[in-house]
Parts: sequence; C-alpha cells; structure tokens
Amino acid sequence: MSQRYTIRLTVNGEKIERDVEPRLLLSDFLRHELRLTGTHVGCEHGSCGACTILLDGQAVRSCIMFAVQADGHALTTIEGVAPDWTASSGPEAMHPVQIAFWEKHGLQCGYCTPGFIMTLIPFLEENPHPSDEEIIQAISGNICRCTGYQNIVAAVRRAAELMG
Amino acid sequence: MKPAPFQYFAPVTVDDALALLAEHGYDAKLLAGGQSLVPTMNFRLSQPGVLVDLNKIADLAYIRADSDGTLRIGAMTRQSTVERDPLTARHAPLLAEAMPHIAHRQIRNRGTIGGSLAHADPAAELPAIMVTLNARFVIQGAGRRREVAARDFFQALFMTDLAPDEILTEIIIPPMPPGSGWAMDEIARRHGDYALVGAAALVTMPEGDLCADATLTFLSVGETPVVATLACAYLCGARIDDACIAEAARMAGQEDMDPPGDIHASVAYRRKLAQVLARRVLTRAFQRAKDGVV
Ligand SMILES: Cc1cc2nc3c(=O)[nH]c(=O)nc-3n(C[C@H](O)[C@H](O)[C@H](O)COP(=O)(O)OP(=O)(O)OC[C@H]3O[C@@H](n4cnc5c(N)ncnc54)[C@H](O)[C@@H]3O)c2cc1C
Ligand code: FES
Ligand code: FES
Repeated sequence: MSQRYTIRLTVNGEKIERDVEPRLLLSDFLRHELRLTGTHVGCEHGSCGACTILLDGQAVRSCIMFAVQADGHALTTIEGVAPDWTASSGPEAMHPVQIAFWEKHGLQCGYCTPGFIMTLIPFLEENPHPSDEEIIQAISGNICRCTGYQNIVAAVRRAAELMG
Repeated sequence: MKPAPFQYFAPVTVDDALALLAEHGYDAKLLAGGQSLVPTMNFRLSQPGVLVDLNKIADLAYIRADSDGTLRIGAMTRQSTVERDPLTARHAPLLAEAMPHIAHRQIRNRGTIGGSLAHADPAAELPAIMVTLNARFVIQGAGRRREVAARDFFQALFMTDLAPDEILTEIIIPPMPPGSGWAMDEIARRHGDYALVGAAALVTMPEGDLCADATLTFLSVGETPVVATLACAYLCGARIDDACIAEAARMAGQEDMDPPGDIHASVAYRRKLAQVLARRVLTRAFQRAKDGVV
C-alpha cells in the first residue's frame, strides 16, 4: 500500500521529518530509518520491555506504537540520555543510571539494558528514594534473560544515590 | 512479525471519527492506546483494513467531577493519568486502588481507560471495577448518544454492547453513598501479569455493624466480570463479623461462580483463590466503612 505520511518529530533533541508508511512500528522506524539501534526489539508484543523509549518524557513500548503516531512528539532513546554522548569517556559520556549499571554489573549481554534504563530514568526522577519493593515493581515490565535481577536492583539503588 | 498494511486516519473530533466508521464499516477499527490492538496486529491475528486513531481527539481525554461527586472520565484518558489524578482518589478510591494492578507503568502510560473497557478482556481489572462501582458508559454513534450500565455492557468473552459504528466516549461513576467502604485485590504470578483471580468489593454500612448494601465482583473467573449474587444477598441486612464474611466468601467461591480451569490455574484452585480474595477484600471494605472514611 502506497499511502505515506509525513511526520515531524524531535528525537534526542534533533528535529526530524520523514515519510512513513502507517504500518511502520515506531521501534522499526528508530532502528531502520534513523539507525538508532540502541532501542532493542525482543518480543514485539509489549511483553519484554526491551524497546522502551521516552515519549514526551514518559516510558512507553515503541514496538506497539506506530511511527506515524509519533508525529508532533518528542522522543528520547538510549542514544540520547548521556549528557554528551559524543564523549568517549568521563562523567559526561554516560547517564548516572548507565554508570550505576556498569558499576554494579547490572548487565551481562546487554540486550535488555536500554529498555531497563529508559524505564528507570523517569521512575527515579519521580521517586528519588525508592524502596526495594518499589524498585521491583518499577522493573516488573522488563525481562532480563541472563543477568538475574539482583544486580539490576543493586544498580537501581546505586543510581538513586548518584542522582540524589 | 509486522502488521499487514492498512489505511490510517487520525480525526480530531468524535464526529469525524464516527463518519469514518460509518464510511468504512466492518473494515475499520478504532485505535486507542494500542496496547491490546497493536500486539494482535503485529501477529496478524487482527488485520483491519482501516485504522481510525482516536489519539488526536483532545476532547476525549479528561477527568471531571460534578458537584454531587459524580466522576466523569473521557474514554481516551490514559490509565496512568486516571491512576494519579487526585479526583480519582477522592471520588472513586476503589478505581485508584485497582489501577496499579493493570500491567506495567509503560503500558499504563499509553493504554486508555476506554480501550480496556471496549476490549473486555475477562482478566482485565477495569471491567470488574466498573461493574462494582455501578458505572455507566456513554456511547456515541452517528447522530445518536446512549448510556448503558456497566453490568449490561459486558456480554461475553471480548464482546460488548458496542456496535462497530459506535465509540465509547465517557465513563460515569456515581458517588458512593455515605458509610461506604471498598477494596480490591488480586493474585498474579508476577506483578503486572494478568491476574489468576481478582476481586473488588463496595459495601455500605452507615451505622454500627449492619450492612445496608454490598457488591462483590470477580475478574478472571468467567467470560465477563462475575458478580457474586448469592454472597451479596447474604451480606445485605446482615450483622457483619468475621464469621459472616467467611460464609459470604465461601458462597462466592463455591456457589456464585463457574470458573474455567487452564494451564495457569485449575477450577478448584480458582475457587479457592476467589474465596481467599473475597475474605480479604470484604474485611478491608467493611473496616473502611466502619472507620467512616467516606
Ligand atoms: C504486556 C501487557 C500486559 C498487560 N496487562 C494487563 C493487565 O494486567 N490488566 C489489564 O486490564 N490489561 C492489561 N493489558 C492491556 C492494557 O490495559 C490495554 O491498554 C487495554 O486492554 C487496551 O487499552 P488501549 O487503550 O491500549 O486500547 P487498544 O489496544 O487501542 O484497543 C483495544 C480494543 O478496543 C477498541 N477500542 C478502543 N477504544 C475504544 C473506544 N473508545 N470505543 C470503542 N472501541 C474502542 C479497539 O478498537 C480495540 O478493539 C496489558 C497489555 C500488555 C501489552
Ligand atoms: S519488543 Fe517491545 S516489549 Fe518486547
Ligand atoms: S543482560 Fe542479557 S538479557 Fe539482560
């Protein structure tokens, strides 16, 4: 089907205009059209959380939204969370949540990690001092198949310290 | 997998959306939060030829309270907005208590109240809550508007009173009478998973320990929300104590329902869970009524 829509949106602070077919998933738009491959795709039905991004500051699944629906909105992906993502090292190169995951071994293969981080950034901004119970609830929509959740919870505690 | 091609429209008024539904008939599907519809499209279990996206209709997203305490919620209000709006906690605390049980925050940020009700999943929380609260739904069709009680809206598995050319536009929740108490609880394998069984109670006990009215509703035990009719009748007019609540809970689990058995839970286990949950929610609801929170 040839119907295409022009969408204008902001991605990681940059203004973008593209023509898209309505059925293009937002996750595929980010990965294939914009080459922002940090947003991962695990299940494509909203269950695993790997594709989580921020839509106007709120965590959402990009695999169950169409790119055409992002018209007029501001998105943040994992590529856009560091203060200066062009820096190769130093405190500017990573977001505090990324630093905490690194310090606490909150990842092994890293497939799930962008989704966890995009879920946790708004969570920690809203809840600067979460209890373990709140942390576990906050990450309940993200699946990790290799690290085990202990280190991830420890990383969230550490991230709260770093951000606080 | 990827969705099949479709034509896409994003009307900005309800009238325009209704006109599109009238024009495209059975080929058209409404898109609300997409949290149930898009997964089925990704797997091609659903292949609508036309999608009518309701997300640009600003008039459908609101929470308002009338002067008598009636709460009105626009169908396109996000679940996370309903969860956090102070009007929900004030006028429909049962709804506020239920919201965090729905999926995960990322899903609630996108999923809408109307989408969940129109979807009518028997394991969903909102249909059972709306039945318990005696809510009414406003439904619009081209040039017509009607209201239907939540109890009459849910007809069968994923089937509601909505016609294909209609839109659910507003949810009306009546104020709770003085002396009311409420509670909701569920058992799921993991926080955010669909519940094996869930229960919601709304009771009225204006004076002492005499129950004036009680509604006890279950989710995940039938094709639609299941009201425990016998248990409710037993509670009405009764003096409430632990034994009375235990008997009502037994009736609810054993006599008021005919739950399905599946790989997640057997029939006997669902009955048992229902009984346990009924006792928990009734105890909490009557305690709140006694404490005079409302
Ligand atoms: C991983 C995951 C876990 C979940 N867990 C739960 C859970 O525990 N409990 C729970 O209750 N839900 C759960 N959900 C479902 C979620 O709550 C959905 O948001 C909800 O069921 C559908 O709402 P929506 O706004 O996303 O609707 P959509 O998916 O956009 O639409 C659903 C259906 O309703 C129709 N529709 C939507 N709005 C209207 C309207 N205003 N008028 C008429 N028809 C309309 C659509 O055409 C479609 O057929 C889960 C979803 C996911 C992906
Ligand atoms: S890929 Fe989106 S939730 Fe799994
Ligand atoms: S680090 Fe491998 S899936 Fe989570």
